[in-house]
Amino acid sequence: MARKVLSGNSAQAYAARLARVQVVSAYPITPQTSIVEKIADFVASGELPAQYVKVESEHSALQVCLSASALGARTYTATSSQGLLLMHELLHWASGMRAPIVMGVVNRAVAPPWNIGADHTDTISQRDTGWLQFYAESNQEVLDTVLEAFRLAEDPAVRLPVMVAEDAFYLSHTVEPVDVPDPAQVDRFLPPREPHAVLVPGETARLGSFTGPDRYVDFRRQLARAVREVPRTLAEVEADYARVVGRDLGGPLPTYRADDADAVLLTMGTATTTARGVVDDLRAAGRKVGLAQLRLFRPFPDDTIRQLGVSVDRLGVVDRAYTFGPSGPVATEVGAALYGVSRRPLLTSFLAGIGGRDVTPHEVRRMFDTLLSDEPPSTHWEDLEEEAAVRG
Amino acid sequence: MAKLTIPAEEWMFSGHAACPGCGPALAMRLLLKGLGPRTIVSVPACCWTVIGTPFPTTALRVGVLDNAIEATGASISGLRAAADALGLADVTVVGFAGDGGTADIGLQALSGMLERRTDAIYAMYDNEAYMNTGVQRSGATPWGAWTTTTPVGPAARGKPEPKKDVMGIVLAHRPVYAATLSPSFPEDFDRKVELAKGLRGPRFLHIFAPCPPGWRFDSAETIALGRLATETGVFPLYEVLDGRLRITRKVSTLRPVSDYLAKQGRFQHLTPEEIARIEAQVRTDWERLLAREREDGPAPA
Ligand SMILES: Cc1ncc(C[n+]2csc(CCOP(=O)(O)OP(=O)(O)O)c2C)c(N)n1
Repeated sequence: MARKVLSGNSAQAYAARLARVQVVSAYPITPQTSIVEKIADFVASGELPAQYVKVESEHSALQVCLSASALGARTYTATSSQGLLLMHELLHWASGMRAPIVMGVVNRAVAPPWNIGADHTDTISQRDTGWLQFYAESNQEVLDTVLEAFRLAEDPAVRLPVMVAEDAFYLSHTVEPVDVPDPAQVDRFLPPREPHAVLVPGETARLGSFTGPDRYVDFRRQLARAVREVPRTLAEVEADYARVVGRDLGGPLPTYRADDADAVLLTMGTATTTARGVVDDLRAAGRKVGLAQLRLFRPFPDDTIRQLGVSVDRLGVVDRAYTFGPSGPVATEVGAALYGVSRRPLLTSFLAGIGGRDVTPHEVRRMFDTLLSDEPPSTHWEDLEEEAAVRG
Repeated sequence: MAKLTIPAEEWMFSGHAACPGCGPALAMRLLLKGLGPRTIVSVPACCWTVIGTPFPTTALRVGVLDNAIEATGASISGLRAAADALGLADVTVVGFAGDGGTADIGLQALSGMLERRTDAIYAMYDNEAYMNTGVQRSGATPWGAWTTTTPVGPAARGKPEPKKDVMGIVLAHRPVYAATLSPSFPEDFDRKVELAKGLRGPRFLHIFAPCPPGWRFDSAETIALGRLATETGVFPLYEVLDGRLRITRKVSTLRPVSDYLAKQGRFQHLTPEEIARIEAQVRTDWERLLAREREDGPAPA
């Protein structure tokens, strides 16, 4: 284990190197670029003996990974925002072909207007493509999650592609101390990929193919089964990671001071760190508030959400994205998960940090105030309420 | 007695799903004869998606990877990268795509693959329209041809734009090898495939692939029609190796282009003037090809 000072983007690149990826392909987009530059350096220095295919678009980057994966190679790519949207058709191809591709995504706002700030709309709007989605709070978590992502993606029970998302600039371009495991540790945790259902030269096989309604549903059903296996497999993978590397990432929804809380705020990504500080301040002032960090958005951890739901009266969900639904996208999912439960919390949706706005401690404190007030649950454009509040 | 130069072994099963007289089926069959069993074929959405037969069957004895219609160039770059990473250096990677998937929606990925010098073969079978979706025009549909999206009526005369020069686009990327092939000339076809197989770097094969239902001709005439295409100068056979162009099927006197057009329903509406216009274009293109061949000169001994 070596402690290094790394940006989130460097953490992605170090993780890809430790995972001994065999084929990398990517196309540059701010703020992802330093990931692919760092990997280029690793390949140029001989530290990462991978095939690095520099392509003319993100669409081709994902196809390169997909086809390389179909021959059995371990593959990695990274993108942001418009690049991820351009990949959309191939995202479905990757999950449908059960290709265990790992992709770093630096969450960035979607144009128009052009904006390179942190915003989860890019990944959230790919929620139905069959990819697993993790959101990281810190650069350490980025590195650890990418390594876990390869294990999970290649697990025989899962065999699905995984995105590991990090907030633009707050993580991608901010450096923090990161403990980087030794290659020998990672090798113990993550052995070489064991190819399954891949093309073998000289053997008759077809991958992809076409079917009528009679068989198509079987493929979808198998996908559904694989997705359902994720929580159990994730628990195994995380236990293994804790054993070998010594860090436990806490499952799909780690909580903080939530057990006896009157109100809990659910966050994704870097807003979590800010909210944790506010929880400490409010607790010190005698207010019973807590926090839940949604690390895994796809598959959505319904069971874990329900467990949280029965123990809390007021739940607020912070969404760093607006996606035209009835509330923030994560809030909508949380609501759907809780609907069947007889004892469920009041649910309030906060849209905050849109397009790279800071989610400030002041703002988070007001969210808790709202939660603990008698205001009926609704959707708050928190960025604008904050602006109005600050202007006075 | 002439020696049969075409490998006898088949890598395509007889139980495929092509229409009778399908040019693309012949193209695949001949291509695989030349490439042999250690081949992986990437196939986008096109007629071959269906010709290859539905899950869990397959019409080819080699590995087949389906890919999105626009992604064949990138797909073969990925297959090559993986083959190299996994120590499978002897594998031949080939993309097999229609003219629509190549010249139109897949042109970017093709250009990318050529530019980054992917060590793979890209084969475009040219049936001159989007056939799988029911005969809509593509960039490779010739001028004047009827398709379902270039109908003929009082205000329309078939496709108003000329055929896209795919070979010209490809040659601008300076591939190590590019050639035009026709199943009607199987020895020439096979020689080019085997030559391409032995080279390293990006290689492009433009294969003439008549489509009886799409072009509206008798399915027994596919081979004869292909011969006419070359003998009239509509589809000349040539290759470009190391930048040097050589016509591989010399035609001393071109036959009138009407011999070729008259056999196909898609050209039935053309007037003598319109046919003369096509004839003039074919002859100009042919002269250009001869001039380029002269200019390039013979390959150094
Ligand atoms: C992105 C996308 N757009 C459209 C289609 C529908 N589509 C399937 S095959 C095809 C035509 C392909 O034409 P071509 O490449 O010439 O091959 P052919 O069908 O003639 O064999 C089209 C448009 C698709 N599969 N994907």
